[in-house]
Amino acid sequence: MATKTCEQPKDKGIDLSKVEKILSDYKNARGAVIPVLQKVQGEFGYLPESAIDLISERLNVSSSEIVGVSTFYAQFHLIPRGQHIIKVCCGTACHVKGATKIAEKLSETLEVSMGMTTKDNVFTLEEVACLGACSLAPVMMVDEDIHGKLASDTVGAVLQKIKESGTTQPSE
Amino acid sequence: MVSLFINGKKVEAEPSQTILQAAQKLGIHIPTLCHDPRLTPTGACRMCVVEAEGARTLVASCATPVSEGMKITTHSELVMRSRRLNLELIWSDHPNDCLTCDKTGECQLQRLMYEYDVKTSRFTDCNPSSRPDDSNPAIYRDMNKCILCGKCVRICDEVQNQHIWAFSNRGMQTSIATAFEKPLRESGCVFCGHCVSVCPVGALMDKPAMKKGRPWETRKVRTVCCYCGVGCSLVLHVKQGDILKVTADTHSPPNYGSLCVKGRYGFEFYRSPDRLKSPLIRDHIDQPFREASWEEAIKLVAQKLMEIKQKYGPDAFGCLSSSRGTNEENYLAQKFTRAVMGTNNMDNCARVCHAPSVTGLRAALGSGAATNSLADIEGAEVLIVSGSNTTEAHPVAALKIKKAVRHNGAKLIVIDPREIELVQYATVWLRLKPGTNVALINGLLHVILKEGLEDKEFIRQRTENIDMLRQVVSPYTPEKVEEITGVPGEDIIKAARIYAGTGKGMIVYGLGMTEHKAGSHGVMSLANLAMITGNIGRPNTGINPLRGQNNVQGSCDMGALPDVYTCYQKVDDPAANKKFSEAWNCQLPTKPGLKEPQMYKATLEGKLKAMYIIGYDPAATQANIHHVKSAMKKLDFLVVQEIFMTETARLAHVVLPAGCFFEKDGTFTNAERRVRLLNQAIQLPKGTKHDWEIMCLIANAMGYPMHYNHPKEIMEEVASLTPEFAGISFKRLEGDGLVWPVWDTNHPGTPILHKDTFTRGKGKLNDLLYTPSEELPDSSYPLYLTTGRRLYHYNNGSMSLRNPEIHSISSEEFVEIHPDDAGALDIKTDDRVRVTSRRGSLEVKALVTTRSRPGSVFLSFHFPETPTNVLTGPGEDMLALTPEYKVCAVKVELCAC
Repeated sequence: MATKTCEQPKDKGIDLSKVEKILSDYKNARGAVIPVLQKVQGEFGYLPESAIDLISERLNVSSSEIVGVSTFYAQFHLIPRGQHIIKVCCGTACHVKGATKIAEKLSETLEVSMGMTTKDNVFTLEEVACLGACSLAPVMMVDEDIHGKLASDTVGAVLQKIKESGTTQPSE
Repeated sequence: MVSLFINGKKVEAEPSQTILQAAQKLGIHIPTLCHDPRLTPTGACRMCVVEAEGARTLVASCATPVSEGMKITTHSELVMRSRRLNLELIWSDHPNDCLTCDKTGECQLQRLMYEYDVKTSRFTDCNPSSRPDDSNPAIYRDMNKCILCGKCVRICDEVQNQHIWAFSNRGMQTSIATAFEKPLRESGCVFCGHCVSVCPVGALMDKPAMKKGRPWETRKVRTVCCYCGVGCSLVLHVKQGDILKVTADTHSPPNYGSLCVKGRYGFEFYRSPDRLKSPLIRDHIDQPFREASWEEAIKLVAQKLMEIKQKYGPDAFGCLSSSRGTNEENYLAQKFTRAVMGTNNMDNCARVCHAPSVTGLRAALGSGAATNSLADIEGAEVLIVSGSNTTEAHPVAALKIKKAVRHNGAKLIVIDPREIELVQYATVWLRLKPGTNVALINGLLHVILKEGLEDKEFIRQRTENIDMLRQVVSPYTPEKVEEITGVPGEDIIKAARIYAGTGKGMIVYGLGMTEHKAGSHGVMSLANLAMITGNIGRPNTGINPLRGQNNVQGSCDMGALPDVYTCYQKVDDPAANKKFSEAWNCQLPTKPGLKEPQMYKATLEGKLKAMYIIGYDPAATQANIHHVKSAMKKLDFLVVQEIFMTETARLAHVVLPAGCFFEKDGTFTNAERRVRLLNQAIQLPKGTKHDWEIMCLIANAMGYPMHYNHPKEIMEEVASLTPEFAGISFKRLEGDGLVWPVWDTNHPGTPILHKDTFTRGKGKLNDLLYTPSEELPDSSYPLYLTTGRRLYHYNNGSMSLRNPEIHSISSEEFVEIHPDDAGALDIKTDDRVRVTSRRGSLEVKALVTTRSRPGSVFLSFHFPETPTNVLTGPGEDMLALTPEYKVCAVKVELCAC
């Protein structure tokens, strides 16, 4: 277990009292790591290092183990994510209907590579295997909404609309 | 017991045993890559699969328990095919680098590829290669070679309890990583090297040994670690006179394969260019040294010592020997002092650490040694750890404490003002004010006696003085003790009930008990606690000092003390005096000699004129070093036998260069009284001599014949004069050594003392009042200073600081201060501060931490740049005169610079 000192927390702007509050429901509970991580991610949009260290201390599970769990499951993220999460479908139907081009266009427009977040923290671009909306192929999902029958020259407009609507709900 | 059949052979096994263990009983070899008997089986590598009749699939023998009537086939065609396929899969993701890999020859994957004749793999590698991690000086990590057996993850968690490693990511991308892939230095790693020791392939390697030689080129030499009193068994890997690396034998006590950073990576000091290589002499300490031949130096020492003896009498001489030296060297030092110089002015550096243990335990039990073995810790139900930051000062003993708590359900009571790491494992933490040990233990005794929790039968049969003890502790109510110690009364009651409520209660303590004005009293108080609860004389009980230096036990056993010969035979006992006088062919003095602090006093008074100091650096490590140095400067003649130019050697007239422990044959005795062989691994550096040879040369030059061909002859002499060592010889010590007393040549040794009767007959319950420390904080010096040890270093740092690996991890001292005190003084971490006591002052960086008790600061004394002992003193143990390192008053100020 790491040496305890009173140094400044590593992530600026992370309110650890929110993590404490989440943890208070899981005192002495076994198997609490995943539900705690889900709630903490719900709070911050990702899992900040200082939050993981605190969870480690409170649940008596090492930080390395928690990071191991977080990297095993696709649902957890260790780096901050954008306000909006774009999931480009690359399933069979979308692939046939030109998903690769859509993905390339998005990447180009947003100036961000797949899996990464734009500099202004507005969009995170990800690929998914299938969104189950094959009849609308090619599709992408932005936050909770499906956008179908895309074409590489129309995705720009969709993004613009989302940006203007200004929804700042962090994604799941 | 259940019986099963393996390859048609019947075997009996415990129901908790696995198929693998049962097969091992029959001598059947089943291959494994992820198995280690110290770790929970996970069945990850699938190499140990076997066919079990009736099972749907092959089963992992390392993780499957035996059951009645099982029929197992370990090497069927199906099994062999599966293992080959498995090896192909592993090999597909492993670089074909055996020609240049340091692991070649020891690699278990390589061995199995050979055994199963797998030449290549039909599968292709999908993983991009990664850069090896070369970010720290001790552990080299190449994840391309990792086979994901998970042994490093489990040993770091289950044995070392650090849990730095974990599986990260999933599928083909799975790797072993620290949290957030941080470099080891920032991950909380303590560089014990356990992970390296279990890695079956070349993924984790001891960096200092890389590219220096292959396993078959090295000679393996078993010896004993030269650092703390745990006395770990080591295996040195030696090539052409150079030590490449250090490992440990998993079957050998007390460490069973475990080592700490000092044991594993702290060996390079022996080849430091700073080693002394020639005798140095000068007439006066203001002059520079000049190199001299051994003949000239020996002649000078002999002549000077004879002159002083003739002019001022034998008692003008004093000798200090080393708890880092071997038993044989300590024996010769006291023989030289008594037989050649004719005085009992003999002491050793145990005076500044565990002399109160010898005094206190002898007064209570009759023997000044640990009562039980270190292995007993693991089976204890309740452990009291008092005044011992075990994880840093005795790391391998701490592993046993953690195992007792984490794996065996023991309750831990920590008595310590600092929030040491073990506090995280404690059921109760008694955070007392420094120096209030006796009051606190009296409080525990009070609760036990008041609530009738004592072992009345044990007290009646085996102890004396219970009535006085009752009377003395009766005023020490939890309320009153809370007032003195600052420990909440309810915690005192809780701790007392826990300890008194078990028949397997073990006390482990360190210098936090002994280095006080009431140090010996503290030890006696702990003995009271053990005796009134009957927690002594059986396995997993007793009272066990963790010795500071590797041979503190041995140096005291060998009679390097002012009042006793070997194994505490008193110099003023006419029978003992006669025995030794006859054996040594001279008339020995009967008057007990001076203890170390008395020697300095006598020097300043002009009574002591010459000192001989062997492998000990009091000018850096004694309390109040200004006082000590001024005494040394006043000596007419000071001889220092050393491996490096220490602070003490700088004040000498003659410095004699000696060998270090890798270069020696001899024996060490660890904290559990285990006498063990050191085996010489490398040659003495040119120009140096063994300590024992030097003593003999001087004795002979002074006209006293002293001749031995080998240290084993010295041990033969010790055995002939010491009943407890009568059965000890170098021949019998081969292997794991013997635990004294060993009464005759067939005696197996005595791991548990005081079984049916105490050494002194009845155990003495000493009735003791609490005595406050000599110097308490006041308005001018408002903070307590306690001193102690850090994980990475040892004593004056002369050895540990000369290891490039360790030095690069920990290279400077810092004063630990609580946020409350730091806040009031406007001090932040890394600020330079000035720490001042009535005796001296120093500058050091600050570390603001809740580890420190509010009102107390902490410093180690490892770093010459931070000479902590200019501050310490002035108190000393009332009986043993050990300095009160754990309490003095200081003030801390922010440096103006």
